[in-house]
Amino acid sequence: MAVEKALTGAEVIIKALVDQGVEVVFGYPGGAVLPIYDEIFKQNSLRHILVRHEQGAVHAAEGYARSTGKVGVVLVTSGPGATNAVTGLTDALMDSIPVVCLTGQVPTHLIGNDAFQECDTTGITRPCTKHNYLVKESEALAHTMHEAFYVARSGRPGPVVVDLPKDIQFADAPYIGPEAVKPRSYIPKVKGESARIEEAIDLIANAERPVFYGGGGIINSGPNACKRFVDFVRTTGYPCTLTLMGLGAYPASDRQFLGMLGMHGTYEANLAMHGCDVMVAVGSRFDDRITGRLDAFAPGAKIIHVDIDPSSINKNVHVDVPIVGDVGHVMGQFQRCWKSRVKRRRNGKAVEGWWRQIEGWRKRNCLAYKMDDKVIKPQYALERLYELTKDQDVFMSTEVGQHQMWAAQFCKFEKPNRWMTSGGLGTMGYGLPAAIGAQIGHPKKLVIDVAGEASIMMNIQEMSTAAQHRLPVKIFILNNQYMGMVRQWQELLHGGRYSESYSAALPDFVKLAESFGAVGLRATKPSEIDDLIKEMISVDNTVIADIAVDPAENCFPMIPSGSAHNEMIMGDTGIDTGEQSVAEDGMVLV
Amino acid sequence: MAKKKKTQAQPGSAYIIQPPDPNEERHTLAVLVTNEPGVLARVIGLFSGRGYNIESLTVAPVNEDESMSRITIVTSGTPMIIEQIKNQLNRLVPVHDVHDLTEEGPFVERELAMVKVIAKSRSHERRESLRIAEIFGAKVADTTTDSFAFAMTGSPEKVMAFVDLMRALGKTEVVLSGVVAIARGSEAL
Repeated sequence: MAVEKALTGAEVIIKALVDQGVEVVFGYPGGAVLPIYDEIFKQNSLRHILVRHEQGAVHAAEGYARSTGKVGVVLVTSGPGATNAVTGLTDALMDSIPVVCLTGQVPTHLIGNDAFQECDTTGITRPCTKHNYLVKESEALAHTMHEAFYVARSGRPGPVVVDLPKDIQFADAPYIGPEAVKPRSYIPKVKGESARIEEAIDLIANAERPVFYGGGGIINSGPNACKRFVDFVRTTGYPCTLTLMGLGAYPASDRQFLGMLGMHGTYEANLAMHGCDVMVAVGSRFDDRITGRLDAFAPGAKIIHVDIDPSSINKNVHVDVPIVGDVGHVMGQFQRCWKSRVKRRRNGKAVEGWWRQIEGWRKRNCLAYKMDDKVIKPQYALERLYELTKDQDVFMSTEVGQHQMWAAQFCKFEKPNRWMTSGGLGTMGYGLPAAIGAQIGHPKKLVIDVAGEASIMMNIQEMSTAAQHRLPVKIFILNNQYMGMVRQWQELLHGGRYSESYSAALPDFVKLAESFGAVGLRATKPSEIDDLIKEMISVDNTVIADIAVDPAENCFPMIPSGSAHNEMIMGDTGIDTGEQSVAEDGMVLV
Repeated sequence: MAKKKKTQAQPGSAYIIQPPDPNEERHTLAVLVTNEPGVLARVIGLFSGRGYNIESLTVAPVNEDESMSRITIVTSGTPMIIEQIKNQLNRLVPVHDVHDLTEEGPFVERELAMVKVIAKSRSHERRESLRIAEIFGAKVADTTTDSFAFAMTGSPEKVMAFVDLMRALGKTEVVLSGVVAIARGSEAL
């Protein structure tokens, strides 16, 4: 290993970040990271984005990572700095987002003494990171920094914490470059086993009712992998559905695309999943929001599952053809194997019939809603938002709840890395900081945070970050005065007893925006929506758009948990409130 | 498609709760890990966090420069859970290799027991304990006029049989090392 002249630990940390290609760090200073902040002050190659809460720092790094494909970097102090980051780290773990989070720590001789702002950071973050390190010797610092980046981005990506005691930041530390660091363990398999690939291709080529089910892993594998996935799906001519995390991996306007599947997925996507005979799962993990009742999941299907993480395979659902590998590689192998193996296709008629059935389901028009000329329907607001922005390259983040599901249903994504949402952990308050991160990564692009009035309050302090860094993110609040998804569940499952789900004492969002030097807009009638959206886009400033929407609107279709894909509740079946609304047979579509 | 009766055992639950599977198997795993602080916590945290069973766990550095440790875990679960456990272990960064000895072929398991039997000098129990120890090939590790401490190694079943017999003799103290295991044959992990 090439050892250069000794720097201080803090200098090594900055040098390692720069050598890893890092341009932006999201962080918040504090006592235990002051030496690193001192180095940041002295240099110009790293840009530091000061957030207002460490949770926001991690979400911003996630938004940056998700929208650029790079590793997001976070820098926080010890104790509360680290514990505040925990929600963000867990979010990144659940959604497989590459993040390196540097945490300060009290000096090594004080560790374990309950020192001021001390916490057991590696202990606390062990279950919510892909891996974590406590650097106790300055000789190991450079190696650890580079290894952290390797672990964060390789295989199934995820968050990595490097805990840095203050004395290590001051101590002399040797530097080695990234090229000198070779992983000792953890070498994920990227190429699929060829026997399995052939088995899969034979199944796919002879399928009568096939469906592709793609997830966030395709996007993590990169734009090239998405292209190969799209190419292969088009080669087969089969229908394709995507998970919440996978939106954008396949162009939404394509005829073969069935929309999102799962709890609030489309009728056609869920019924195709239920009725298929061959399912090709790619970079997806059979989450419980996707599968519904497991013993009724895709009863007649042979399942092919491509994933880089072997622990995702056979976790919830038995898989017939498991393929461990990187989606990009495996899709290339699929394409080549298809070309050499599939000479004549005998399933043309059957697939045609399958498509006819799917077109029938499509005609059901499951996302239809009742338009109203007095009250703004949230679906209408999003439909208009999509229509008026679709000519631009839009980056969209969301908070969590009804608005998130509606955004997934009504906004169509043609390209990967345009959609940032908290899927696995379901973190309210994710959207604004994530939008900030995406805007940092794409300064000239239109970045919209679709929000609810309850979620936005969870990280509203990041308005200050947006103002400081002059980030023109647009916050599109569907304000129904309720924690909408909680209210919906209470209506459908708890007899309409709306326990604590009313958003009382809301701020005036227009004035709130103005107090941060941003622009506040409001619409209360459907006729005002278009003008509001046009103004929102044209303003070169942070905007909060407060859209007063129907408080009673529910998000459909919906698969109640414990139900199967063919037991969706639809929006137009006239659900009334009350205890019987879900149990009643009439609500349960077959 | 026919109308299907809804079977919702937990109305209002956001999750599907399924009854436990009765066909659980016992597996012995050998896990090679980097010998570094926190590695055992990672392995144990994985088991507790995901609700897997640990029947026995032993760990010690095994190579010459002590850079690697070998963890022997005895666990139980359905075949699907056992596969999950192996895959989840493999995903930990300091884990180099996971071997399912139960699946990979014949292997031998040994456990060490130390049993202190407290019985008055010249009593029947004292003589009997020594006789049983002889039968089981246990060694006397310590003795006073009123007690013996036996050390005995063997398969977990044999060790348990020995411990049960000793317990029947009166006041005892038992300590078990946990299981270590190695595959039969000429190949090394």
